[in-house]
Amino acid sequence: MSKRLIQGNEACVEGALAAGARFFAGYPITPSTEIAELMAEKLPALGGVFMQMEDEIASIAAIIGASIAGTKAMTATSGPGFSLMQENLGFAAMTEVPIVVVNVTRGGPSTGTPTKPSQGDFMQARWGCHGDHPIIVLAPSSVQEVYNLTITAFNMSEKYMVPVVLLYDEVVGHLREGVELKGTAEIINRDFPLVPPENYRPYATGDGLIPKLAPFGSGYRYHMSGLSHDETGFPTGNPATIENLVVRLQDKIEKNRQDIIKYKAIDVEDAEVIFLAYGSPLRSALQVQKQARARGEKVGLIQLLTLWPFPHELLTETFARNNADFIIPELSLGQLADEASKSVPRDKITRVNRNDGALITPAQLEQALKGVR
Amino acid sequence: MKYKDFLRKDKMPHIWCPGCGHGMVLSSFLRALAKREYHPDKVAVISGIGCSSRASGYLNFNTLHTTHGRAIPFATGIKMAKPELKVVVLTGDGDSAAIGGNHLIHAARRNIELTVIVFNNNIYGMTSGQYSPLTPHMRLATTAPYGNIDYPFDLVKLAEGAGASFVARGATAQPRHLEKIIGQGLDHNGFSLIEVITQCPTYFGRKNRMGSAVDMLQWQRDNTSTTGKEGKIPLGIFVQEERPEYCANYHHLVKTVAEGKGSE
Ligand SMILES: Cc1ncc(C[n+]2csc(CCOP(=O)(O)OP(=O)(O)O)c2C)c(N)n1
Ligand code: SF4
Ligand SMILES: [Mg+2]
Repeated sequence: MSKRLIQGNEACVEGALAAGARFFAGYPITPSTEIAELMAEKLPALGGVFMQMEDEIASIAAIIGASIAGTKAMTATSGPGFSLMQENLGFAAMTEVPIVVVNVTRGGPSTGTPTKPSQGDFMQARWGCHGDHPIIVLAPSSVQEVYNLTITAFNMSEKYMVPVVLLYDEVVGHLREGVELKGTAEIINRDFPLVPPENYRPYATGDGLIPKLAPFGSGYRYHMSGLSHDETGFPTGNPATIENLVVRLQDKIEKNRQDIIKYKAIDVEDAEVIFLAYGSPLRSALQVQKQARARGEKVGLIQLLTLWPFPHELLTETFARNNADFIIPELSLGQLADEASKSVPRDKITRVNRNDGALITPAQLEQALKGVR
Repeated sequence: MKYKDFLRKDKMPHIWCPGCGHGMVLSSFLRALAKREYHPDKVAVISGIGCSSRASGYLNFNTLHTTHGRAIPFATGIKMAKPELKVVVLTGDGDSAAIGGNHLIHAARRNIELTVIVFNNNIYGMTSGQYSPLTPHMRLATTAPYGNIDYPFDLVKLAEGAGASFVARGATAQPRHLEKIIGQGLDHNGFSLIEVITQCPTYFGRKNRMGSAVDMLQWQRDNTSTTGKEGKIPLGIFVQEERPEYCANYHHLVKTVAEGKGSE
């Protein structure tokens, strides 16, 4: 198949449509707006729905509603809009409605630097909503990965009945690269109930951990609520039922870490120094790692594709085996490095941070490498 | 179907206080629905957060209890994804006019076919009696211990101004009238808003020394009019117009694009 030269945000739209998304609701915000514009252009021709809502709260509410009705749905935003979405993102996590939320990140806090990249939403993507809640966060670093991981995001959301956040920075969103739009990618659709409507309890998961939620209008009538609920979906004050719900919501992700956590490891086996990165900083790291190897230096690289659940087991094992130094470049004050330091001792982590809207350059990383060696 | 068949009897008793008007609004709604031909599988009832919004849980339809103020955009997503569903929103005065006010006016502007029933008890019942945007001037609330200096919305005028094509007001003291206007709202092909004056004896009533639920219903009878009497709160249908509906407009757009015509 031939490659097409497209922008990151366009690849996101192509990926979503390939995954079967037929509903988009959003509110314009730089640097994600191209996604809404392209959806507005493409969805009607596919019989899908595009809606520009009054704000981001309404946007995420509308896509949750559409998904409850059985349609794969997505919204796209950036920091300020992502902040507004948090309450309903938690609602989707609690009610186990699959949705995909794209956050094309820009400098913050507040209105910040709209047109420049940042990775300051790393923690918010995981912990932005109140309460312990399940969520999956994926992070592409190239235009091809945006396409692939958008499909993965839909697949995981349908498989695990969970909201999935696709997080990539402004540079990845606006970058143009050749992309192969594969028509053959595996598409996962949520399971339909096996029992007849009269025996249906929407949140009864049997031996598994994942509910089979019938689309509204399909003949299975039930109640869905953001209140702590029992297997029928109805609110409960029963302590054991509440405890079981909160634990199951966590377990359905935690017990499937192996399937969910995706990464790429390059030259890690014998590495004495390892770059750990995602997003636009990864691109500089890749270059520096390659050059260092060419010089014969034992330098490796781990690229995170899944940010949350965070791959602590990978870092723990790698460190135990290699006793390597880690260089962690990121466009924030060090949110990724902080999380990584739960598995890698702080004194083995070199942080390279940038918060001025500019990119982390290969020269900066060469210097960090010299400092470690 | 009898309206009682629409109830999830195993989810009773309900949470409402004795004398609360919310159950009366609900039964008027169900009686109106029972006279119509909807199959329960094709009815979706969406609510926000509040005493009133708990109503969805007791109904044997596709029911969704959402977040505070957001029932309308959730309902919008469901309706646009499955236009064949009858989508009804049950909401409170705080839920719809305070935190959800923005969504209300935009749904009215689009003229999307949702039937929105506002349980207006002039107070935040669920959180124990704070003033709402529909609490009258100088009435008492737990957060207005010296009287509420805010002025309330006239929800009927607000919805009309925002473009709603069906706007009505009823009251729990007039259940037959209420059932009738809710029914006409359900029949309407476009956005419909029905404000229902209802009583919260526990907070609004007690704070404002309005007596029991029976006294509050008498207050309604004394202070409302279905015939437009001077100085009374008017009840009835104020707007009822046939205008292009949003889902239909969208469907038309999809057809036009499919035929390769684009915009003309
Ligand atoms: C975002 C958010 N803010 C505040 C609350 C607390 N809260 C719950 S119900 C409610 C008011 C409900 O009032 P109304 O809509 O009039 O319903 P009523 O209880 O009077 O029927 C408030 C403020 C909440 N649940 N969520
Ligand atoms: S607090 Fe008021 S609104 Fe809530 S159930 Fe009691 S009477 Fe009804
Ligand atoms: Mg109220």
